[in-house]
Amino acid sequence: MNFDFTAEAPKLMMLLYGVIAFAAVVGLLLLVLDVLPARKDRWIALGLLAPAGLLLLVGLIVPAIRTMVLAFMNADSSEFVGLENFGWMFTDKNSGMLPDFSSDPVQYGVLLSTLLWVLLVPTVSTAVGLVYAVMVDRARFESFAKSLVFMPMAISFVGAGIIWKFVYEYRQEGTEQIGLLNQFVVALGGTPQQWLLDGPWNTLFLIVVLVWIQAGFAMVVLSAAIKAIPADIVEAARIDGVTAWQMFWRVTIPSIRPALVVVLVTISIGTLKVFDIVRTMTGGQFGTSVVANEMYTYSFRADEKGKGAALAVLLFLFVIPIVIYQVRLMRRRRLEGAR
Amino acid sequence: MASHRQRRLLAFSGAVVMALTVAACGGGESDNTSEGKLDTPECAAYKDYTGISGETVTIYSPIRDAEAGLLEDAWKTFADCTGVKIEYEGSGEFEAQLKVRVEGGDAPDLAFIPQPGLLEFFAKGGKLKAAGEKTKAMATQNFSPDWLKYGTVNGSLYGAPLGANVKSFVWYSPSLFKEKGWKVPTTWDEMIKLSDTMVAANLKPWCAGIGSQDATGWPATDWIEDVLLREQGPDVYDQWVTHAIPFNDPRIVSATDRVGSILKNEKYVNGGIGGVKSIATTTFQDGGLPVVQKKCGMHRQASFYANQWPKGTKVAEDGDAFAFYLPAIDPAKGKPVLGGGEFVGAFTDTPAVQAVQTYLASPDFANSRAKLNNWISANKGLDVANVSNPIDKVAVGILQDSGAVFRFDGSDLMPAAVGANSFWKGMTNWINGTDTKATLDFIEGTWPK
Repeated sequence: MNFDFTAEAPKLMMLLYGVIAFAAVVGLLLLVLDVLPARKDRWIALGLLAPAGLLLLVGLIVPAIRTMVLAFMNADSSEFVGLENFGWMFTDKNSGMLPDFSSDPVQYGVLLSTLLWVLLVPTVSTAVGLVYAVMVDRARFESFAKSLVFMPMAISFVGAGIIWKFVYEYRQEGTEQIGLLNQFVVALGGTPQQWLLDGPWNTLFLIVVLVWIQAGFAMVVLSAAIKAIPADIVEAARIDGVTAWQMFWRVTIPSIRPALVVVLVTISIGTLKVFDIVRTMTGGQFGTSVVANEMYTYSFRADEKGKGAALAVLLFLFVIPIVIYQVRLMRRRRLEGAR
Repeated sequence: MASHRQRRLLAFSGAVVMALTVAACGGGESDNTSEGKLDTPECAAYKDYTGISGETVTIYSPIRDAEAGLLEDAWKTFADCTGVKIEYEGSGEFEAQLKVRVEGGDAPDLAFIPQPGLLEFFAKGGKLKAAGEKTKAMATQNFSPDWLKYGTVNGSLYGAPLGANVKSFVWYSPSLFKEKGWKVPTTWDEMIKLSDTMVAANLKPWCAGIGSQDATGWPATDWIEDVLLREQGPDVYDQWVTHAIPFNDPRIVSATDRVGSILKNEKYVNGGIGGVKSIATTTFQDGGLPVVQKKCGMHRQASFYANQWPKGTKVAEDGDAFAFYLPAIDPAKGKPVLGGGEFVGAFTDTPAVQAVQTYLASPDFANSRAKLNNWISANKGLDVANVSNPIDKVAVGILQDSGAVFRFDGSDLMPAAVGANSFWKGMTNWINGTDTKATLDFIEGTWPK
């Protein structure tokens, strides 16, 4: 477990070279831009945007186009199959995408699980974060209370998955429980449960993990928004004699609406991509799989690249409306700001 | 103005740094003319492996933790003598990550591939290099045609066999058996009778766990394979693996139901862990541990499970844990042995990589690794005397016996869409309550057309 610097020397040297090369490229760029004649502004803009643009092209645009092409090809990408991969998703019951209520145990399907995630995680995290932010606002231990909830944000999804896997761990009745949740259940006189085994509850138990992580993010952003509410509005409301309830719904919420929307949208997109938690905790078994997990499984484990790419495209289609909404919102706000 | 000058200074220093870097790179040529310590007497065994000193060979493998350390110890002398540097990396998600790495242009030099299907996939995709002449000669000399067949694609050898494991074992606690006066069963009927005796003695006779991260479900597929091999014999088994008969053929249904009569029998499982469904959430590493706690009678798992017992467990015929051969159902069908192993495939073909690949197929490596405990190989040059573990001695005996009917783990031979996905998924759901017919229909439906 100890980090041996001498053994890692080649990697550290590699890192050093990388940093030096980066400095050199930037330096060279600045040098060239400096000696270039006339019309400097445009050249400088172009020159400084080029590296970022190039990386975007190589790392994002080209792979996205390639994935879309692969989605219309067969398993080993040797021939075009039209819409077959998309047809498979929605017509072949072995794809596991759609719910099958006739099977025993009932299979809720990947799409329904994903929907559950996307509906629950943003709303519950935002609600929890908002309530918490309002409650601790101007309390005596505000920063300490906030850091408690914010801390899970610092944990990686895989780390969080492992932690919660232990929380849900099951041991036979009558033996010592090592899972926190089952220990509570036993202490209250219940029988230990296999929380991650039966649908649709197991998906809910996984969703709790992401809510645990994201509530901190929601809380921090919303808390900042609440603090930015002009004091005169709050004071005016107080003079008018509002109750705490009215203050929350009529003053706080309308004032922080933009921040609320940003939080909801950001968490929604993050939730659609959820993969680490599912993979770490159940591997997508027991009907807990989501689109991103299936995409990975088909692409890299099952040799079904066409299907994997089609699932990626599906995920992309799900994200588009949310992104469009956010872009339009941003544009509208900018126009309002300009006015 | 000041900012302008600062920028110029920064640009200049950047350019200087770059020039220095280029110079430094140019001077980084190391001398690789020395031949390690090949001349010394303790290195006599490796005198053929010349000219690879100073080279680095990277190995990627699913073998991790303690076993990985033993592998590195095993080839240490070879590496010291020849001067070759072996960089080993084990991964718990080897199957998926290897593909990501190969497709991303980051392939290792060598990979220990436990699935002939995966080996074939890379060989047909032109990613793997065919074994060199020396490697081929070494492998042919040391392994049976059965084994070489699994590493051969379109007539050329791509993977030389490395380690082996025998899966047809049932672990039990000899001390518990002695205490209760139970005898090791030699026929299937005796084994079932013993199970009932254990039930009567208030002990759950079987325990199992099929959890394995990404690969959850595989231990149950081994059960099906072992029983099918016993019920129907190797020919039906081969037809099933190659899809000459459908996955939901009545003979497969029958074998699956027989497994179900044990694994899905609430009276029989899951000793020391819970009910039937606890099999799905218990990791395979934990699945057999109740045996040594005497909370479970028997645990069907491969010879490599010897590595999973807690420290201090005596694995011997008179110890805390030992295994018997999973008995035949129909003695007329011979003595079937289900097994597996890794194959060393090369993604590059430099002399150093080929030398390491050749060495790994040699009896020298097999014996060196076997001496370190808990490891066997089908290598004919492996001396049983070097195998310290009694269970491994039995396994080596089985592997080197030409009379036994040996078959490779079927799920590793099937297309990945089935063998590494729907078969695992299907068996997990089967444990979790789905009936046999629905399970096999599902798997049949996912076989690539």
